[in-house]
Amino acid sequence: MVPRGDRGSGSWDETHFGKMGSYYINRTFFFDVHPPLGKMLIGLAGYLSGYDGTFPFQKPGDRYEQHNYMGMRGFCAFLGSCLVPFAYLTVLELSKSLPAALLTAFILIFDTGCITLSQYILLDPILMFFLMGAVLSMVKCNSCADRPFSASWWFWLSLTGVNLAGAMGVKFVGLFVVLFVGLNTISDLWGLLGDLSLSLVVFGKHLLARVLCLILLPLALYMTVFAVHFTVLNKSGPGDGFFSSAFQSQLIGNNLHNVSIPEHLAYGSVVTMKNLRMAGGYLHSHWHLYPEGVGARQQQVTAYLHKDLNNLWIIKKRYSDTDLSDPSSPVEFVRHGDIIRLEHKETSRNLHSHRHEAPLTKKHFQVTGYGINGTGDSNDFWRIEVMSRKAEKLIKVLRSQVQLTHVATGCILGSSGKTLPKWGWEQVEVTCTPYLKKSPNSLWNFEDHINPKLPNISLDVLKPSFAEILLESHMVMIRHNCLLIHIGLKPKDNEVTSKPWHWPINYQGLRFSGVNETDYRVYLLGNPVIWWLNLVTIGLYLLIAVSTAVALKRGVQLTSELRELSRVVLRGGAQMMLGWLLHYLPFFMMGRVLYFHHYFPAMLFSSMLTGITWDTLLKFCAGLLSSSTTARKVYGAGFLALFLLIVYSFYLFHPLSYGMIGPMASDPSSPMAGLRWMDSWEF
Amino acid sequence: MLGFLKKPVVVTVEINMNLVALTVMGLISRLWGLSYPRAVVFDEVYYGQFVSLYMKRIFFVDDSGPPLGHMLLALGGYLGGFDGNFLWNRIGAEYGMNVPVWSLRLLPALAGALCVPLAYQILVELQFSHCAALGAALLILLVLSYLKFYNLQRHRSFSGSWWFWLLLTGVACSCAVGVKYMGLFTYMLLLATAGLHFWHMIGDQHLSNVSLVCHFLARGLALIIIPVAMYLSFFYVHLALLYRSGPHDQIMTSAFQASLEGGLARITQGQPLEVAYGSQITLRNVLGKPMQCWLHSHTNTYPIRYENGRGSSHQQQVTCYPFKDVNNWWIVKDPGMQQLVVSNPPRPVRHGHIVQLVHGITTRYLNTHDVAAPLSPHSQEVSCYIDYNISMPAQNLWRVEIVNRESDTDVWKTILSEVRFVHVNTSAVLKLSGASLPEWGYRQLEVVGEKLSKGYHQSMVWNVEEHRYGKSQEQKEREVELHSPTQMDISKNLSFMAKFTELQWKILTLKNEDTEHKYSSSALDWITMDTNIAYWLHPTSGAQIHLLGNVVTWASANVAALVYVFLSLWYLIRRRRKIYDIPKDVWQLWVSAGGICGGGWAVNYLPFFLMEKTLFLYHYLPALTFQILLIPIVLQHLGDHLCRSLLLKSMFSALIVAWFSSVYLVYRTFSPVTYGEPSLSAAELKDLRWKDSWNILLQKQ
Repeated sequence: MVPRGDRGSGSWDETHFGKMGSYYINRTFFFDVHPPLGKMLIGLAGYLSGYDGTFPFQKPGDRYEQHNYMGMRGFCAFLGSCLVPFAYLTVLELSKSLPAALLTAFILIFDTGCITLSQYILLDPILMFFLMGAVLSMVKCNSCADRPFSASWWFWLSLTGVNLAGAMGVKFVGLFVVLFVGLNTISDLWGLLGDLSLSLVVFGKHLLARVLCLILLPLALYMTVFAVHFTVLNKSGPGDGFFSSAFQSQLIGNNLHNVSIPEHLAYGSVVTMKNLRMAGGYLHSHWHLYPEGVGARQQQVTAYLHKDLNNLWIIKKRYSDTDLSDPSSPVEFVRHGDIIRLEHKETSRNLHSHRHEAPLTKKHFQVTGYGINGTGDSNDFWRIEVMSRKAEKLIKVLRSQVQLTHVATGCILGSSGKTLPKWGWEQVEVTCTPYLKKSPNSLWNFEDHINPKLPNISLDVLKPSFAEILLESHMVMIRHNCLLIHIGLKPKDNEVTSKPWHWPINYQGLRFSGVNETDYRVYLLGNPVIWWLNLVTIGLYLLIAVSTAVALKRGVQLTSELRELSRVVLRGGAQMMLGWLLHYLPFFMMGRVLYFHHYFPAMLFSSMLTGITWDTLLKFCAGLLSSSTTARKVYGAGFLALFLLIVYSFYLFHPLSYGMIGPMASDPSSPMAGLRWMDSWEF
Repeated sequence: MLGFLKKPVVVTVEINMNLVALTVMGLISRLWGLSYPRAVVFDEVYYGQFVSLYMKRIFFVDDSGPPLGHMLLALGGYLGGFDGNFLWNRIGAEYGMNVPVWSLRLLPALAGALCVPLAYQILVELQFSHCAALGAALLILLVLSYLKFYNLQRHRSFSGSWWFWLLLTGVACSCAVGVKYMGLFTYMLLLATAGLHFWHMIGDQHLSNVSLVCHFLARGLALIIIPVAMYLSFFYVHLALLYRSGPHDQIMTSAFQASLEGGLARITQGQPLEVAYGSQITLRNVLGKPMQCWLHSHTNTYPIRYENGRGSSHQQQVTCYPFKDVNNWWIVKDPGMQQLVVSNPPRPVRHGHIVQLVHGITTRYLNTHDVAAPLSPHSQEVSCYIDYNISMPAQNLWRVEIVNRESDTDVWKTILSEVRFVHVNTSAVLKLSGASLPEWGYRQLEVVGEKLSKGYHQSMVWNVEEHRYGKSQEQKEREVELHSPTQMDISKNLSFMAKFTELQWKILTLKNEDTEHKYSSSALDWITMDTNIAYWLHPTSGAQIHLLGNVVTWASANVAALVYVFLSLWYLIRRRRKIYDIPKDVWQLWVSAGGICGGGWAVNYLPFFLMEKTLFLYHYLPALTFQILLIPIVLQHLGDHLCRSLLLKSMFSALIVAWFSSVYLVYRTFSPVTYGEPSLSAAELKDLRWKDSWNILLQKQ
């Protein structure tokens, strides 16, 4: 259905997801905020079609040259094309009307946005495939409700579950469709509960069947996806740093792989401490002092993201002057609640804090290196406490999460995550926070551990179980998603970003590839005629639905045809409306950077709603006419007009998705100049 | 016709003794020791400032909510004769003699006290038997009046009291929203309830279509139009009261500032309105972020090479400077003519005209060219053109585009017009990038030419702030002229709606930096009351005031909520299977009571999970009030319908008595930290620390 042009260059997010496909083929570990299924399928498609995973995917617009990328693109395009039959069948099932289903199919076939989005190596076509699959099988299952526990009922029910797992496994946005199916199931069960002809045992069977197919099955599949993900990716790669030290020890090629270190921390050990915040650094110090005017002029203490000799600290007792390196002295382990001193190995200064304001976070205290050759003052004492779930007496390398409390002021050692200016070598600020709140900012773990007096153990003992890996990877994904919201991709004040209210009115598109006049340009923008039709239809639907509901509530007597129509409007239409709302409204509450393509799942629902609404409206108008032949003519003519409108608008706008060369549309000489209906479009 | 005159006027007074007693008790508990301590307590330090500003009629912007609450507080100060002269600088500062502490605190305390009888009335209106802070009172009033209205409506539609309660609902709604935006959620809840009731009315076949429409219109008027009008009126009063310029001026646009007495108005008063060729102007960026600033240039040039090795044009720097300076003056010049003075009559500049901008002190032309800007390499550098670089011709023509024009022939107006400058050669737009330049640029803000201008953004829009018609042809004279203040007279006034929209928008978008606070807490802590807030500490005696709930009340409110949810679910499922445990009307009461109280709790609590601002325990109090209302509902229900035998009933009554006394005991125990007297010893304070997470201040002896 979707013709493939000769566009041999990567575009937009293709660099992102294509690269991840390559990672799967090369089996290197990476990290992404989305769950792995989508990228895994892309990788699989690439693998099967003979792509060798060597294309670097560095920036949009790089030529693919001899690399075999068509497999991956073809796979996405195939899934994208499946949306049309899915939507067609769904609407047919909901409205039992062929023209309505055809209208929806036409809308999806001829929408430039849907075409563009499914032509490239992106997650969206995969997500939409599973999403529509879930909706279709849910609707099918609903219509099997009269013969429960039949083979086809089981088939559709479990297929719904499978698709839900698929949608969740591609992007977390799949959660909305889970919610959609969940609400439908609850109302379904509520209806069954009210049916007194069913015994409670039968109801229990219904409940169990749904729990099995819609909760347990998807969960199992979802976990399988992650299991495959972690089995396939067993080599060290760019994603290592996001994960805990214990996890990193499992990756081939990581410097923690197959090493052996002492397990429990003892006095005299040389250690590195890693902050537990996302991409937190190692506690670090160096010979440079804080500059004039920034707290006390003592040695800087920072967090540094790379491995370095200056990250090494020696754990010492509070007052002991005995030489702990003496091999004959007995080993003494550090215990939870001990008061310790941390001496920087290279400079022999103690970790120190005092009531001076920190360089950037003015409400926190400054942390410095103080003292000469390990002799300082009482501000160098820190209480070490294990904050992990299990109360442990000894402190384990890698596994124990510890908190260091400054004894004199009661503040907690933490990393604020802010980057110091040039005098601090742009390393990360370390402060002592007086606000006693538990957060990863103030938790640390010990990563390297050198103590010749202790027996080394292999890190395999620390090997995390699958459940722990699963939990950790989700924590990292969620935290990273939060980070996107808070700092990461927060737009600068002056940047113009896409807002959710832009989307339904097709206010602004997304430039896929090509910027200049000579480039081959593809611009993601919905077919405006279709989108505005969808928009108008939503208002129209609300009007129809409210008046129908009021009429029914007032007890107006309806003919059997109208009764059937009102059922379609209030059942099928309402479902689609709900789907649209669920896939659209949450974006208003998201603080992260949003893109135009986030609207496409909602757009699918909106298109199906359009099909149903216009069918109802035309049937109703035709019904007002007396003779049945004229009625049929009006009905047919209405649909024909809509079809022609859609096809003609596609003829006008098809260069958007199949690519344009030549002057920009803002230039009056361009062939597209007349089509630039809104100033905000930039093709 | 005049029949009613013949009837004697009878005033019936019904006094409900319960209600009076409760009110008195509420008043006593709230007014007790009100003016003690005579020192600034916690957030008084914050809101007190605003009261002072009201007294002095100085304009301010507070992002915590609309102005009604501040105004009511100020009313207390006004009635007490407060002159606004007090420095609200730190918690614990002693009040001077001029501060009427009692009257300032009276209003919030009264509102808090009135909560008690209002809550009582709500339960009465929910038809349960008789044994059963500022924003909170309004919220409750709001729900109460709606219920009054709803109950009345069954008997006498469109009667006097029907209208009274309906209108009161509307008024209370707007007041609640007018104090804090959280009121909005309660308002939504109320609208939803009203909608639901109306939906049932639609189903009522006895009502004619006409009366349905009347009902609908009456509700629309009272619940939507009146609140909106009231809300606007709050702002009207706010703006009418505060007519002097103050500390928050710079957040507002030039036009707004010019409408305030003092400040910018003193400078701009009497400026010519229309910008003409030869006008001397200062250009302010409309965005106002990271700070307000004016287009600026000075004799220093861009460094030949930047630190990262990129080259520059080495021409004169153009920046955006956050302070008033003589170097902020620019002269609008017609490219076709040489003169820099305004002709007589002045030739106004219109939308679409092409002009040159001449820097007043250095007489160089504003210029941009295809050289990367110092900090934003994707944009063009903007400079003042110096002629020694032969390889690059001057490109100093700019097209004036008035963004907020009404027609394409609009004249460029001082302050009012928002203008974009589009470079003629490269169609780049003059823009504030927001980055601040390094040392060589004196940390001033970078100005660039944006080539790919995507739609409208405030950083690309400028407005004329100071303006005069240039008169001196000679450079020397002109410099003297630039240094002298402007004069002439035309005054500009913004309409109320324009001021309102701007202020409202600023309040909503103004974001305070996310600050950590010692007593801030997360929404999850509130349910179990894991945190407290220390309001005040006596400097020597150790007497202190804490915001700390009554533990028994909080716990029982939580239990009541849980019981309510489980019982409701149980009944709901049983009813679905056509098993009716309780009669229909009891069930309906149960649902509506729970819907209002539980819903009120949810809408006042759950939204905090989505908020990113610093949260405090006191944010939970409105939600708690609703939750507490659930206690008697649940107790009543348990007593009437679940305790069937006599023994159970008497045990239940005994339990209730025990509960009441434990509530009172806890109140007594904690009253020293509620009222701040008497002061307790360290050991006693330690005993009060029932939870480890409570932060009760122990002074080191």
